[in-house]
Order: sequence, then structure tokens, then C-alpha cells
Amino acid sequence: MVTSNFDYFAPTTLDEATSLLSRYRGEAKVLAGGHSLIPMMKLRLAEPTVLVDIGKIDGLSYVREDGDGVAIGSMTTYRELETSSLVKSRYPLLADAASKVADLQVRNRGTIGGSLAHSDPAGDLPAVVLAIGGSVVARTRRSSREISIDRFQVDLLTTALHDNEIITEIKLPALPSGTGTAYSKFHNPASHYAITGVAAVITVSGGTCTEARIAVTGAGDKATRARRTERILKGKELTPAVIRRAASRAAAEVQDTLNDDIFASAEYRTHLTQVHAQRAIEEAAAAAG
Amino acid sequence: MATALFGDSVKRTEDPRLITGRGKYVDDIRLTGMTHMAFVRSPYAHANIRSVDTSAAANAPGVLTVFTGADLQEQLGGLPVAWLLPDLKQPPHPPLAYETVRYVGDAVAVVVADTAYQAADAAELVDVDYEILPAIVNAEAATKDGAPQLHSEAENNIAWDWNISGGDYDEAIKDPDVIVIKQRIVNQRLIPNSMETRGVVADFDSGRGNLTLYTSTQIPHFVKLLYSLVTGHPEQKIRVVAPDVGGGFGSKISIYAEEIVCGIVSKQLGRPVKWIESRSEAYIATTHGRDHITDVEIAGKKDGEIVGIKVDVYANIGAYLSTFAPLVPTWLFGLMLGGVYKMPNVVCRVWGVFTNTTPVDAYRGAGRPEATFLLERMVSRFAQEIGRDPIAVRRKNMLASHKNGRAVTTGVMYDSGDYKGNLNKALEIFDYRGFRSEQRAARRAGKLLGVGISTYIEITGAAPSAVASSLGAQAGLWESSNVRVHPTGKITVYTGSSPHGQGHETTLAQLVSSELGVPMEDVEVLHGDTDQGPFGVGTFGSRSLSVGGAALFNSLGKIKAKAHTLAAHLLESDPKFVTFEGGSFAVEDIPDKSMTFQEVAGAAYGAANLPPGMEPGLEEISFFDPTNFTWPFGTHICVVEIDEDTGQVSLVRYVAVDDVGNVLNPMIVDGMVHGGVAQGIGQALTEQAVYTDDGQLLSGSLMDYALPSADMFPMLEVDRTVTPSPVNPLGVKGAGECGTIAASPAVMNAVIDALAHLGVKHMDMPATSEKVWRAIRDAKETQRAARAAARRS
Repeated sequence: MVTSNFDYFAPTTLDEATSLLSRYRGEAKVLAGGHSLIPMMKLRLAEPTVLVDIGKIDGLSYVREDGDGVAIGSMTTYRELETSSLVKSRYPLLADAASKVADLQVRNRGTIGGSLAHSDPAGDLPAVVLAIGGSVVARTRRSSREISIDRFQVDLLTTALHDNEIITEIKLPALPSGTGTAYSKFHNPASHYAITGVAAVITVSGGTCTEARIAVTGAGDKATRARRTERILKGKELTPAVIRRAASRAAAEVQDTLNDDIFASAEYRTHLTQVHAQRAIEEAAAAAG
Repeated sequence: MATALFGDSVKRTEDPRLITGRGKYVDDIRLTGMTHMAFVRSPYAHANIRSVDTSAAANAPGVLTVFTGADLQEQLGGLPVAWLLPDLKQPPHPPLAYETVRYVGDAVAVVVADTAYQAADAAELVDVDYEILPAIVNAEAATKDGAPQLHSEAENNIAWDWNISGGDYDEAIKDPDVIVIKQRIVNQRLIPNSMETRGVVADFDSGRGNLTLYTSTQIPHFVKLLYSLVTGHPEQKIRVVAPDVGGGFGSKISIYAEEIVCGIVSKQLGRPVKWIESRSEAYIATTHGRDHITDVEIAGKKDGEIVGIKVDVYANIGAYLSTFAPLVPTWLFGLMLGGVYKMPNVVCRVWGVFTNTTPVDAYRGAGRPEATFLLERMVSRFAQEIGRDPIAVRRKNMLASHKNGRAVTTGVMYDSGDYKGNLNKALEIFDYRGFRSEQRAARRAGKLLGVGISTYIEITGAAPSAVASSLGAQAGLWESSNVRVHPTGKITVYTGSSPHGQGHETTLAQLVSSELGVPMEDVEVLHGDTDQGPFGVGTFGSRSLSVGGAALFNSLGKIKAKAHTLAAHLLESDPKFVTFEGGSFAVEDIPDKSMTFQEVAGAAYGAANLPPGMEPGLEEISFFDPTNFTWPFGTHICVVEIDEDTGQVSLVRYVAVDDVGNVLNPMIVDGMVHGGVAQGIGQALTEQAVYTDDGQLLSGSLMDYALPSADMFPMLEVDRTVTPSPVNPLGVKGAGECGTIAASPAVMNAVIDALAHLGVKHMDMPATSEKVWRAIRDAKETQRAARAAARRS
């Protein structure tokens, strides 16, 4: 397949890029790594008439300390996340999830900003960032704002981002001591996207779970917090029975939007989500010490 | 590079070119004035065409012309079938549909524009008014009364009703000691995914009236012949070129609509026309493979003796007969049902059934994987039912070794084989006893571990032409070679084989080097250009070395003989005292009396001093037609572990011990086994074409069709036994498909073995995680219910 016609811009500054988005508001799409958008364009499922390629803009690719937390430039690739010592030490699940995205060629191109902005229902990073918490920094030509990750993923392929905004940075908070993380994924054998993926960030203090953020991707229409699961975990000692009970509720929030396709029925997805929730929670709990 | 010998693992000489992007595929061909074509394809599986409005498309930017099926109906003719069966129904197969479309992807119109983008844009503007008809995709259902009918020529959609038998199965099962095990087995439809999709560039020279077709095919000479027969274009005015071809797996052994249409449109337009198939297009427009619904019975006695097999098959052939469609599920299937076993009684009936799906033709193994799967699955099933070890049952029924022909129940003659010897070697490498104790321990620890075996035999090296003809072939299946020694002693070989990844440039040069003692780099191997050499047949069915290589060997023999005579003449010696070794002719016992092969070549062209009656030059052609097929065989053993929580199957070990006769280049054969095994495992675990009931292909892209990927595989343990074939001068057998044929049953037998203690007896491919998870859940439920019932009673 070939794409339909479009105009292509490759600005070298954010000002230029955001100006283009304002000028072509509604017609333009931002091109980051291109590994979601280009295939959709080739299949003519997406037919933007203007592409604004932000790959030529310097200064959007970094991982650095930011106060207590960490700031990640939106054009940071999966490969950079996978190999960053800062990411590996502060958010091991993010490095692990990035390493499980597709293959090396894709990981060399695909970016964290692109993944979040595209909001693929089976994307890995939306769930991981959701479990870590934090915010997405978005800029227009005139202003910049921080969007809490809990309000960022809105619907299938839809985020809180306006169509004149570009994600410039992802801000991740410091995780308290005694926090363990894990991402457990069951991948689609064809696309290698998540049939289900569960990200868990769990803090244990004095033998009790004091904080738990669990996010599920792949099962429903978008990355979603498993709040019932979190509630069961919080305030309890993480015994196998507690973890099992919590995991059994992991698909509750996505029950109404469960995917059902030739690789996994809704019933099987629910089951897999529970299995991988249990695995992610067990691993995170063990890492939390 | 030095000279190479038969048996050396010479590295592939084509690889530096191919892996650095310097290969030349059809899409790399750019001609002056070249135009681009896009096909308008039916989005419906079955519909009548009420009208086609091309006006918007014709007026779109860059568009040169638009043709509908009706516009070209006369020039295009119908696509032919190259293999006939008794009472075969052959409904017309127009390259562009003009009345009715019969599958999603059936082409109805073409748009030609200055660029591929413009052609694709304008194709979307062609407005076809369809009257949607009911569709049928299931081959069994299609034969029932009341099912939608595809062709008026084929009642109940049945294209053929073919059978083969040997012995007397019905009589054999009357024996009260014989138990019969029945099973329905679905061999799912697969979609070939060659790395390069198809593509055609047609270049009509209006001055000379010559047509050149560049096409990504396995059979350039047949394309030339068939194009001529279909369109009436004189054969001597057609040149077909298969340049570098990036894979085929059997999906490029057909003559395709696009080849005919591109040629005709180039002639109409007077300009070159290019069409490159997109991956999405390949999923619906290139032939699929397999797709059998089978009812199978295996009959045997409690002591493990197998007395027969009975098979009824609904073979889904899609909407039209593809070129070799009648061959694949009949002869290539039915002849293999005895396997490596005595199997005294075989009965097989195959209905070829039209459905509203993409046509089905050969796919790596083509008929043999379907037969081998049935047989190897049912032999293991039989062993499970009578409570005996599957290897003991195999051994009990195995044919004795033979070196020169063994007639079997299906009426064919296996060429040579040592089946037990091969099995023993595989078991030794694998340590079967050790595994069984490991498995018992694993089960106690709650792990699901299983081993599966397949002891296969297959048919390669098509074919003795007279035999093939008696079975329905409409063309000879020999192979040709031309060896041209240049005056400098360098050599150009033209082979009628048509490689698309197999490495002929390496192996055939290696054979020349080995036979003539010339350096590898002095040999240029040409293929795939019908103007460069004699008519050839092509590459399919693992035939290139055993037929094409044999043809080359015979040409080399003639070259050697002539050079020998000439050398003796020039050395003034009786030929019987002249030796040829290391590329040099020498007179025995006279050390300084010698000539290199290159000097002899020069003398042959200089022609200053030739023996009386000898023609100048040094060039030979041979056509080799074997006396039998070749019959490679082997043993594959696979271990899987199943994640009970998710149903996911992981491969733990894979041992392949094949016997492909003598081996010219072991590294290349290993590579073929690796690739073949990967494809067989793909069928066993992940791949399946899925249609909706109304004929929409759900698995229509690489995002939805699960090819196996490298992370699934353990390191394959590949070894061989060697039983030379007596039917060709090299003693070789085909190696291209055995991996695929052997792997699927080995893996599925392992999956069932891992679940056997839960009461699981069969599962259709692919063993997807969900299917396995459900099987475990259902089996446990059954066990619980049985325990509850036992407690109550």
C-alpha cells in the first residue's frame, strides 16, 4: 500500500513545529518515530494532509534527574530507555517494558512521546507511565502545560492532547524507598503488541503495602488503572492469598471495553490479565523487599 | 577463492550482494517511459458486477488509462491449469473479472498512471456497483445442497472427486483384533509470506513486436509458454526474466492474472508497465496453502501392528483453479499416506472444492505436509490408544532398509532408505529414555513437558516426465542446463532451475568447480532469463539439485569428454593414457606433458588443431529426466513445555535428523532444514488464515497473521544420515521441504504428549495459547466431573 498525498515539514525548532501545528490545525499530524503512524498511513487508515516531523529538532531526547524525579525528553527512543542507567536504576519496569517492545529496529526508532501520544490500546509505555505516575508536558506555540498521566489517556487512540500541542517531556516522580516495580506482558504472536500487559509499582513499609499503582494495557480500549486491585493491596501484608485476590480483579476496570479478536477472546484476555497481574504484583512485591 | 569440492560448506556467494542491498529485484527495474499499474480488487467475496464507472479515475492526476475486465475480456483469455485430473471441472478463470467476483481480492479493473502513488489514488476512484451474493468459505459446507454456487460448471462446488487405494482396507478392518481410531483433523489454511512480494514489469517493444516480462516467479519458462498459450503472442517473441527473487515457497509457481494483464496493457499502451504487489495485496491476491478438512481412520492391532489408513478430504481450492491446484491435494498427498510404514491398506478420497476464498496452490511441502501430519499424528494417537510407546509402534511398522527401490501400497517406488537407522541416530542424539524420566519428574513438580516425534518420508525431485504425464501433468518436468566454456576457460552456466533463495549460484558453481577443477570465481551461474539458455522447468518441489543439478552434471560430463579428447589430441597421446585431475590434463607417467583445462578451452576455440570431425567451441546442453522421484526421509523430535496458567507452548529442544542422500553443500542444507523447520513450527503453533463466514480475511496482514519469530526457537540440533539416491548421478535427494513436512506433526505430538495425562487426545493446529489453555481447562473439568461421579457411585 502507498499513502495518500501529504505535505511534509521537518522543522528544526519547537517554535517552528508548534507554529505549523497551529497553521494546519486539524489537518496535521506530528511524526515522531513513525512506527505507528506510517503503517496506518500506508493502509490509509490515517490520511493526514500534513506531517510535521519533529525528528530534526534538537534537545528532545534525554533522560535526566529533575528535582527528586526524572525528566525524559519526548523523542527518547525505546532503545535509549532500555539502556539508560538512570531509567534502569530508578524505574526498572520502564527499562524492562521498553526492551519488550517489538524488535531492535523498532526500538531504535519508536519514542516514548510518540507512544503516549498515539495511545495504542496495546502499547506498553502508556501502562508503565500510568503505573509510575507523573505528568506529560505539552507545548503549543504560545504556552506549555503539564497534564497528569492519570488524565492523559482518554479513550481508544485518544489523549488529552490538543491537536496544536506537542509532547516535549515526561516527568516521572521519585519512587519512595521500599518500592518495587514490574511489567508482565503476554504478547500477540503476530504484532508483538500486548494482548495484555500489567505494570505494577508497589511500596511496602513495615511489611505492609502502603502504595500500589497497577495499570493494565492491551485488554481494553486504553491503558487503565486497576483501582480495585490497588485497593485490595493497599494497607495489607502482601501474602499469596492477598495477591491472588487482588489479581483476580485486575480486569474489572476494562470489563466493558475488553478486546476480543482472533488471538484472544475477551474471556481469555480477562484470564491472562489476572495471570499477568499476579506475576507483576509478585515480582514488584519481591523487589520492594 | 579456490576450487571447491562436493561436500564442502562453501559460503553463499550471492549473499554479499543480497544482504548489502545490491540485489536486483523486479522493483529495482526502471525503464524509460515506465508507467505504474494498480489493481482494483473486489472487497466482496461473491458478487455480480452490475457496472463499473471509471470516469473519475480516468480524470485523476497522472492517469493514462483505465481498463475494466470487460474492456480486455478478449485479449486476456483465461488462466490455464497445468495439471489435469479425471473429470476435472475447469470453469473459466478470467484474469480480470467482468461478470462475477468470487473472492475478496478478485481483480476487476486496472489503473495505469505516471507514478505508483497516482495509480493507487485513482484506483480508489473506480466505482464498481456490486450485487452482493451469498458466499461460502468452508470446503465441506460448500459441497452441501443449498450452499452458494461459485461456478455453473461445478455442481455443489466440486471441482474433482479423486481417489487412490491400495490393499483392501474394508476387508482388513473386519478382523476382530483390529481397532479403528477415527479423528477429524483440520489442516488450517496458511498464507505464504515470501520476503519479496510478487511484481511484474512488462515491456512491449512495438518495433519488433517483442514482449519482455520481468516477474518474480519460480517458473520463468512456464510463464513464457503459458503467456503465449493464453494470449496467442508468439513464444519466440516473449522473453521472461526472473531476476533476483526474494522467496516463493511455492506461491510463485503459478501463472498469475497480473502477468497476463501487465503484458497486454503494455502492448496496448506501447509503454512499459510496472506493478508491485503490496504486502496487504499479497495476502489476498497470491495463492494460499493447505486448508484441508479431513476425516481419518487408522486401524491396527493391540500389539502395535498398523493395518491401514482411510482418509476423506475436503480440499479447499479457493475460488478458481490455480495452475497446480489439482496436483497438490491429490497425488502429492495421497501417495504419501503410507509413510515409512508397511501400511498394507490405504484408501483415500479427495474432493477439490471451490469456495469464495483466495485460490489455494502449493506451499512449502505442498500436499506432503498435510499427509504427513495426518499419518504421524494418527500413528502417535494409535500408540496412545493402545497404551504403547509411539517410538515402539513406529519401529514395529517401519519398512526395512533398501538401496534400490521398494514398492509401497500407494503404488509408487521409494528410491532408497534406511528408516530404522535414521530413527536410531535421532534417538541416540536425543536420549529418549533420559527424557521420559525427566518428564515424569517434571509432571510430579507440576510442569507440563511433552515430547513429539515424526518419522517422515516425502516425495521430491519432480519428475519422471512420463510418470508425471500419466498422472495429469500438462508439461514435461525434466530440467535443462547449458555449460558454456569461454575461450579463456572461464565458464557460464545456465540452469533451467530458477532459484529464489536456495543458493544455486553457490551450489551449482561448486559442482562445476568440483567436476572441472576450476576456481569457484571462474564460474558464473545464470538463471531465470528465458533468452539466456534452453527451455527449463524451474524450482519447486525440492528438485533443483536432483534434476537440475543432474542436468548440469551431465553437461559437465560432455564438456569433460570433449576436452579430454582434444587434450589427448594436442598432447599426442592415446586418450586412455590422459588423466584429468585438479583442472589439468596430463599424460600418465610423462610429468611435463600436460595442459590446463583453460588451455584446452582456448584450443577448442582457436580451432587450429582439432581432431578430425571435432567441431570448434566448448559448450554443451543437457536435459535430464530422472527415472524416479527421490524420497528423502528422517526423524524429528521435539520437546515442548506448556505454561499451565496461560496455555503458551514453548519449544525446549528440537532434534532433526534428515536423510537427503548425498549432500553437496552441508551448510546450505542445514539452512534449508532450519528454515523449513521454522515454517513447520509456524503452522503448528501460530499461523492461520482466518476468514469470516462472508469471506473477509481477518488475518490479512503481518500484524494479524502470526509468522514464527526467532525468539520462539531453541538452537536446532541438525544432523543427517546418508542413503544415496540411485535415481540421479549425484545420489542426492531434495532438501528444501523436509523440515516443514516433519516439524508440524513433531510439535503437535509433543503438545499432545504434554497434555496426555490430562486425557487430551487431539488438537488441531495451530496450538495457540488460548486453544491450549481451553484444552487444559476442559480436560481438568472432565477429570473433576469424573472424580465426582466416582465418589457418588
